Amino acid sequence: MKTLTHLERLEAESIHIIREVVAEAEKPVMLYSVGKDSAVMLHLARKAFYPSPPPFPLLHVDTTWKFKAMYELRNRMATESGMELLVYQNPEAAEKGINPFEHGSLHTDMWKTEGLKQALDKYGFDAAFGGARRDEEKSRAKERIFSFRTSSHGWDPKNQRPELWNLYNARKAKGESIRVFPISNWTELDVWQYIHLNDIPIVPLYFADKRPTFEWEGGLFMADDMDRIEKILGYRPETTEKSIRFRTLGCFPLTGAVESEAATLPDVIQETLLTTTSERQGRVIDKDAGGAGMEVKKQQGYF
Amino acid sequence: MADTETKDAVYVTEKLIAEDIDAYLVQHEHKTMLRFITCGSVDDGKSTLIGRLLYDSKMIFEDQLDALQSDSKKVGTQGQEIDFALLVDGLAAEREQGITIDVAYRFFNTEKRKFIVADCPGHEQYTRNMVTGASTADLAVILIDARKGVLVQTRRHSYLCHLIGIKNIVLAVNKMDLVDYSQEAFDKIVADYTEFANSIGIDSFTAMPISGFKGDNITSHSEKTPWYEGPTLVDHLESVEVLSSIDAEKPFRMPVQWVNRPNLDFRGFSGLIATGAVKPGDKIRVLPSAKTSTVSRVVAFDGDLEEAVAGQSVTVCFEDEIDCSRGSVIATADAPPETSDQFEATFVWMSDDPLMPGRAYWLKLGTQLVSVTVQEPKYVINVNTMAQLATKTFELNAIGVAELTTDKQIVFEPYEDNRTLGGFILIDKMTNATVAAGMLNFSLRRAQNVHWQAIDIGRKQHASLKNQTPAVLWFTGLSGSGKSTIANLVEKKLHRMNRHTFLLDGDNVRHGLNKDLGFTDADRIENIRRVGEVAKLMTDAGLIVVTAFISPFQAERDMVRSMLPEGEFLEIFIDTPLKVAESRDVKGLYKKARAGELKNFTGIDSPYEAPREPEIRIDTTKLSPEEAATLIVDTLMGDI
Repeated sequence: MKTLTHLERLEAESIHIIREVVAEAEKPVMLYSVGKDSAVMLHLARKAFYPSPPPFPLLHVDTTWKFKAMYELRNRMATESGMELLVYQNPEAAEKGINPFEHGSLHTDMWKTEGLKQALDKYGFDAAFGGARRDEEKSRAKERIFSFRTSSHGWDPKNQRPELWNLYNARKAKGESIRVFPISNWTELDVWQYIHLNDIPIVPLYFADKRPTFEWEGGLFMADDMDRIEKILGYRPETTEKSIRFRTLGCFPLTGAVESEAATLPDVIQETLLTTTSERQGRVIDKDAGGAGMEVKKQQGYF
Repeated sequence: MADTETKDAVYVTEKLIAEDIDAYLVQHEHKTMLRFITCGSVDDGKSTLIGRLLYDSKMIFEDQLDALQSDSKKVGTQGQEIDFALLVDGLAAEREQGITIDVAYRFFNTEKRKFIVADCPGHEQYTRNMVTGASTADLAVILIDARKGVLVQTRRHSYLCHLIGIKNIVLAVNKMDLVDYSQEAFDKIVADYTEFANSIGIDSFTAMPISGFKGDNITSHSEKTPWYEGPTLVDHLESVEVLSSIDAEKPFRMPVQWVNRPNLDFRGFSGLIATGAVKPGDKIRVLPSAKTSTVSRVVAFDGDLEEAVAGQSVTVCFEDEIDCSRGSVIATADAPPETSDQFEATFVWMSDDPLMPGRAYWLKLGTQLVSVTVQEPKYVINVNTMAQLATKTFELNAIGVAELTTDKQIVFEPYEDNRTLGGFILIDKMTNATVAAGMLNFSLRRAQNVHWQAIDIGRKQHASLKNQTPAVLWFTGLSGSGKSTIANLVEKKLHRMNRHTFLLDGDNVRHGLNKDLGFTDADRIENIRRVGEVAKLMTDAGLIVVTAFISPFQAERDMVRSMLPEGEFLEIFIDTPLKVAESRDVKGLYKKARAGELKNFTGIDSPYEAPREPEIRIDTTKLSPEEAATLIVDTLMGDI
């Protein structure tokens, strides 16, 4: 008898999770951040319901600070999958002109954490899929696949529901919601390999190419919208062309680029495996509040 | 196996990544997956062992290592050396206490497999966490401190792993470096453990001498234990058979999660195959309807499959249009599972709120969700001595056996034969919390043998002779709220209208039918259950039943509602604020309760759950009893 490979088992587990949510939740939504984890999650959703399109919309909580290439792929994938795309931008953050240069972690709080809460409340979603993985960070290693949130979106790490076998309890009171992480048990390598095997489209910024860059506070960043950056910094940083790529895609400059020659997927995987720093290291957000940064963020309602 | 071979293997992988990434990807693509659980306490070096496995398989990055080194100096327990345990202890609160209190999942790869490790706390108060981690494990690593030997906790961990059905048990005798790698010490522990294991039904296990801290016999054979000829830990983890391969050999079963119907031409049934295999042309039977058909297609995104096996998520189409929906189980036609509604089960209680025998909970098994009541337990097991003790309930972390009754037939197999169709969770209907996990042992024969006696004169005939529609007017409210007064007036009015009625009053029933019951939560539930059954019999006889009970819990009121046909149960909330009821205090009970002379008094030291959606709400601060009675009768007559 055929023994399933680890990727086949991970895929089956994720599809099972996605279908359980659709069967039990009233109004599910998939959070789509246009990154590689979102790409895998969306692909799994399409597989889960084929030949039907996934019976829920995609929600992009936009910070207005994403790379152009991300907006392009986002729109293309929504069309291709036949799913409705909802884009939400926190009006308060827009009004106050919150940006990553001047406001640091407030940028994440306002655009992402608050924006997400507002979007979920606005549309009344009671279940939201997210692409977080347990291998990303210590506190995520203990997060349930079905993560229960109070009506104010709080997460109580001491009060999580036990998950046995593959039985998930999706019942909740009115106003409460669940965040569901279908790719919890995938590692970064699994995600890359799955993208490779299934030819899943991802943002070209993951691959090295000659791109205009500038340096700011010791980090290397891509010069994507220099007019806007000049407006905020008050000067136009000097740009140089370098072969760079991104290991994760957040908002610039929350996400730094790395110098790289990895232009194909196998090259990227090779570089990932041989690299000596962990994936989220490029993101400024995890460094807040010592090692417990992510845990604090989650209790406040960040994914 | 020679020392050097294994060591080389670790390095070959890395070389392959650098030199031929495509070859490495092909290798990685074909890896299988093993889930295992590590059992032991902090003192046994569990986190250290996991940290070591991650470290040896290059799953630790430089920045993590830097953080680890600085943390080791700050809070580590290994002096100036790297404390691997810090790598795996997650949440901030736990790091401060130096213990892991939840289940954490870790990942690492070797050349042959991907591993998911469930890292669980070992103390008795975390039994539920360990059972959770064990529920998905193919294998358990039970850690023993070589200096301490088989302890009470070793027995507990072994028992729990055996209970949850883990067949592959590794006895890892750790900290061998601290007993000078003594074979004698190792052999004694193995002999002690063998005796215990056999006594609880574990017929085989693999013992190995290791040191998580020094790395002996983890990835390579240690020179320090030349007397040990068995496999290293990683060798063993790479070679044991995984559950999904074993499940694939069993008869086909797939619980239906979702019906896929994009248009009129396509109707497929989606699910995760629990056991066996399926291919076009297979004869299947859908349960509980027991209708049969033939599989026409096994649909997948990348094209139809020739065959799918246990562990795969698929969509199956039939040749015939037969009844099949979420909760159904598709099975091989000639060896389908059984259905039943009464079982004996083993429970693991996971909530701070103890089991309420007789109360209705939700039971989720596979994709089936039904209402269930659990009897008073037969016994609870002392997880340290395996002794069976008498008990009235299950409390947090209790493991025990009880009988349960579902409100309709469910498709099942004993847990021993099928984890998916035998494992279930219980959900509290009020809080929606998962309160217990359970394993069905067998169905009770009386479920098949006690049949309903067919009666020729039924409830319809009784009611039509009385020229009325039966109903239950269920009054609920605090003591002294005015239930009995208003109920009495309602009955009088109905009587004058030539209606056939009967009033069941709380105090009166407790003098007879329920005189054996007290006022604990469990007794209150049984009180209401019996009254519900009596009220139901009376409606069968065609009567309009008026009941006046405090009935403080929503779950029990819902239970009685569910016994009756739709529309025949009217929940009437006599809404009197506690202050008002207490100031009336007709029977002097509040005074006694406040003085501590009456225990479990509703509103004082026992909760009252106000109805969420009563059919009628009477605000006694605004309506007189007479007005209230008129309103109730009018509503009843309007409804009828």
